[in-house]
Amino acid sequence: MIAEKFNYEAPTTIKEAIQLLHEHGDEAKILAGGHSLIPMMKLRFAAPTCLIDINNIEGLSYVKEEDGFLKIGALTRESDLEHSDLVRDKYHIFGDATKLIADPQVRNFGTIGGNLAHGDAANDHPAVMIALGAEVEIENVEGSRSVSIDEFFYGFYMTAVQHGEILTEIKIPAPAGRFGSAYHKAERKVGDYATAGVAVAIELDADGTCTKAGIGLTNVNPLPMRAERSEAALVGTKLSEEDIANAALYASEDCSPSDDLRGDEDYKRHLVKVITKRMIHRALGRIK
Amino acid sequence: MIKCKTSKEIGGMGHSKKRKEDARFIQGKGNYVDDVKLPGMLHMDIVRSPYAYAKIKKIDASKALEIPGVIAVVTGKDLEQYNLHWMPTLMSDTQMVLPTDTVMYQAQEVAAVIATDRYTARDGKEAVIVEYEQMKPVMDPFKALDEDAPVLRSDKEGKTDNHIWHWEVGDKDKTDQIFDNADVVVKQQMHIPRIHVASIETCGCVAAYNKVENHLTMYMTTQAPHAIRTVIALVAGHVGLTEEKIRVISPDIGGGFGGKVPVYPGYVIAIAVSFLTGAPIKWIEDRSENLQADSFARDYHITAEMAGTKDGKIQATRFKVLADHGYTDASANPSKFPTGLFSIGTGSYDYGAAYMEADAVYTNKPPGGVAYRCSFRVTEAVHAIERITDKFAKEVGKDPAQLRMDNFIKKEDFPWASPTGWSYDSGDYHAGLQKAMDAVGYDELRKEQLEKREQGKWMGIGISTFTEVVGAGPSKNFDILGVKMFDSAEIRVHPTGKAIARFGTKSQGQGHETTYAQIVAEELGIPMEHIQIEEGDTDTAPYGLGTYASRSTPTAGAAAAVAARKLRAKAKKIAAYLLEVSEEDLEWEPGKFFVKGAPEKAKTIQELVFAAYTNHPPGMEAGFETTHYYDPPNLTFPSGAYICIVDIDSETCDIKVRRFVAIDDCGNIINPMIVQGQVHGGLTQGIAPAMYEELIYDEAGNILNGTFMDYLVPTAVESPNWETGHTVTPSPHHPIGAKGVGESPTVGAPPAIVNAIVDAVSHLGIEHLEIPVTPFKLYKKLKEVGYFK
Repeated sequence: MIAEKFNYEAPTTIKEAIQLLHEHGDEAKILAGGHSLIPMMKLRFAAPTCLIDINNIEGLSYVKEEDGFLKIGALTRESDLEHSDLVRDKYHIFGDATKLIADPQVRNFGTIGGNLAHGDAANDHPAVMIALGAEVEIENVEGSRSVSIDEFFYGFYMTAVQHGEILTEIKIPAPAGRFGSAYHKAERKVGDYATAGVAVAIELDADGTCTKAGIGLTNVNPLPMRAERSEAALVGTKLSEEDIANAALYASEDCSPSDDLRGDEDYKRHLVKVITKRMIHRALGRIK
Repeated sequence: MIKCKTSKEIGGMGHSKKRKEDARFIQGKGNYVDDVKLPGMLHMDIVRSPYAYAKIKKIDASKALEIPGVIAVVTGKDLEQYNLHWMPTLMSDTQMVLPTDTVMYQAQEVAAVIATDRYTARDGKEAVIVEYEQMKPVMDPFKALDEDAPVLRSDKEGKTDNHIWHWEVGDKDKTDQIFDNADVVVKQQMHIPRIHVASIETCGCVAAYNKVENHLTMYMTTQAPHAIRTVIALVAGHVGLTEEKIRVISPDIGGGFGGKVPVYPGYVIAIAVSFLTGAPIKWIEDRSENLQADSFARDYHITAEMAGTKDGKIQATRFKVLADHGYTDASANPSKFPTGLFSIGTGSYDYGAAYMEADAVYTNKPPGGVAYRCSFRVTEAVHAIERITDKFAKEVGKDPAQLRMDNFIKKEDFPWASPTGWSYDSGDYHAGLQKAMDAVGYDELRKEQLEKREQGKWMGIGISTFTEVVGAGPSKNFDILGVKMFDSAEIRVHPTGKAIARFGTKSQGQGHETTYAQIVAEELGIPMEHIQIEEGDTDTAPYGLGTYASRSTPTAGAAAAVAARKLRAKAKKIAAYLLEVSEEDLEWEPGKFFVKGAPEKAKTIQELVFAAYTNHPPGMEAGFETTHYYDPPNLTFPSGAYICIVDIDSETCDIKVRRFVAIDDCGNIINPMIVQGQVHGGLTQGIAPAMYEELIYDEAGNILNGTFMDYLVPTAVESPNWETGHTVTPSPHHPIGAKGVGESPTVGAPPAIVNAIVDAVSHLGIEHLEIPVTPFKLYKKLKEVGYFK
């Protein structure tokens, strides 16, 4: 990497990190796994004056169930989530998603918090967290606040995390009913951003009626997107083939993909439809 | 099973010896050009053009020169003072080193920044301000030939168009006549896309000129160090840098694939700056520069036609090529033909008439092209013949395997005189294809395909049965600047019976340190572990033309065998002297001479070598060393039969290679494990252009995939489980019966893959797909034929 000059700080507490963010001003950047930031610095698209490396802060890496939530520390590595016994049996969607994120070397370093805080609609966790209805914990000098995932993404590389703040935890409300989830993205090769990706989380009551549906879309919209009309088409139904086909169709209609080397708008809408249908089926197949 | 003549201890041909060089590579102890660090060394970075075609109005280096550590900014005007702003290409075209007024492609070198460290050099590069006046580039090679197209090479006196050369081969009249009267004629336009070798190590050098000694040491990522030394001497002789004052060292190389044959401007600038400053200059490209500016490969637009009878006998082929060479013809092609060995495109089939023609054009793209893991345009030729053969089979309603079997040249018909002038040395194509069909269970697969189609599932079976032409080359067909394309081996055996052997070639990962040792071990009976191999230093190695085009085994490997045989002849004389018998009474078995009928009367090679230093026969020269320069009488003609099976998702259009069976025939095998490794790597580089890789430019001349984020190099994940096997048809003219193998898989795999994909969707009305076949491209095609609404 032949980046521009930058300073480097390695605080050991969140408080210290927040203080350093204030000291170094707007052009300071948090360094977690670095797998989004460093490639940009290498190409000199990003030139932070200071990197504040939070990898030495203890207590930010965990996956645990507590107070009716699945809690994921911001510094939790993709590989930790991939191999967590806790999520393996219950939250299949994380197994699906993490296995599709780059390669093992990247997953050993890339963090869940960083994947969200980068604010890129092409990343995979935004759609997953939308499907799961996550909340994001953000700390600043005054304390901490909780932001719904639906209010987290502002714009291209912009999130609710303001200057002087650090994303510390992701909280996923424990499902009330019978629960199944799934994620898939079409990609040109391993490590690529999604051509189109769909995250699905479904809850059923005892007689098989859908009580809750979460559908998030990857890289087919300027911002990570919740497919609201698709969700509404499922809730209250028994999820017949027709219900599922409708949900898939609405997702493909409501997103706004752009043409690029991965495909044109038409192909991406087609993929959203196909993958949405498949992920609903896969999620249902996982409900015990 | 391969029968070995030598014991495992000697480790001659046929033994799967572990690679000697891997001890240092797997421990991170390789010595690459970027590992070279010299006292007082300065670093160079290169300012590159953001535009494909523009006038340079002004280069303002003042801000860059204010940065502490920036020593100099070099422009074309600076080089012009020494007449070093232009250089010749290997195709006798011309190329700018640095421009004085116009840039001709995006990422072209515009100025060089010299600084005390790599980071400052890059900061300096960012601070150089260049004012351009943009012009509308010519990107489409077909439009480049329009009468109103701007003449790009206005630097060439009298140039009035963008045409570079015309070439043709074969009997046009005879071919046309067959086409006019044939039952069946099929035709297909196809593009072999512009791709890049994308070796793991990028290009670079350390140019170290010593003013006191008037001596240049050039550490450099080159596949052909001796040729480079001669080129430098020819270009820089006028400033006193004559050939004995130049030492080119090519250290370990992290992949070449043809991309490290050309001379890039960066090398020349580094030498010029070192010459002027007396400081060693290091230049190492970054990944994007390597991908965007260094020589591309392929980029042939081919119209292929085949004529034949309605029962499936091929009678003639006609190929017409438009070659997009970018801004200059910088092909790394030492043959006497501008299309290299494209005329191998009549393939493995027995017919008597072919005509091929090609025209090359200039466009505003980077120059090239290199022979990416390919013997100079063989890949393009094989793609054309194997695609059009499939289309012909479809047209006459024959199974593509059966049609090939019916048309193959028979093994008893070798040497085979091809209609384009080659003499194929040997082959057994029927055996190869049969072995591949047996390995995949061909008939069962065809049944499965039909059943799957009934269920709406798509699977395809694709075949490629190719003939390669490698081992450049016979002096009648090849030279570089007049230097014939022999290659060399020098073997020196020490008194204790251990040896060092030096070669004019240069491994970039092929495993020469192992295979050459095995060839010498085969011939001399000295254990291969005790034969040290050295390449890449022009001060010590004998002259040779380097490694590319699968030429090392056919040329330097042959030289090693012949040199070792010369030494064995000497050993025999010594043995006769020591055993007091005549030479005719002696017999050889690997490692010793013994008296016929009295095997206990024997002398080992080690004893004989020792005697050469301690007790040599009267009248015989002492010592035990020799050199051989091998000029091959013909090329070698490896072949292969590849079968690929794909499954395609009928909704997402995802393409999965289920199986890939590669049966190669490279003659006698030196090291089966290395050959298998070569085939695995080559197949992966074959799947690359078939399904993933293509350099894409927009109309304004911008590269759209100039980083590895979008230029899709396949990884282990994309690679299927390669299933390999062999038939062995030795080359009759090669001393050890070997043929080249490094490139066969890269050449043979793409048509097998695309034939399989087309086969999978042929029932939907698809006859052809351009490579790389991506899911998106397949979707669009299926939409075009009305499958998707």
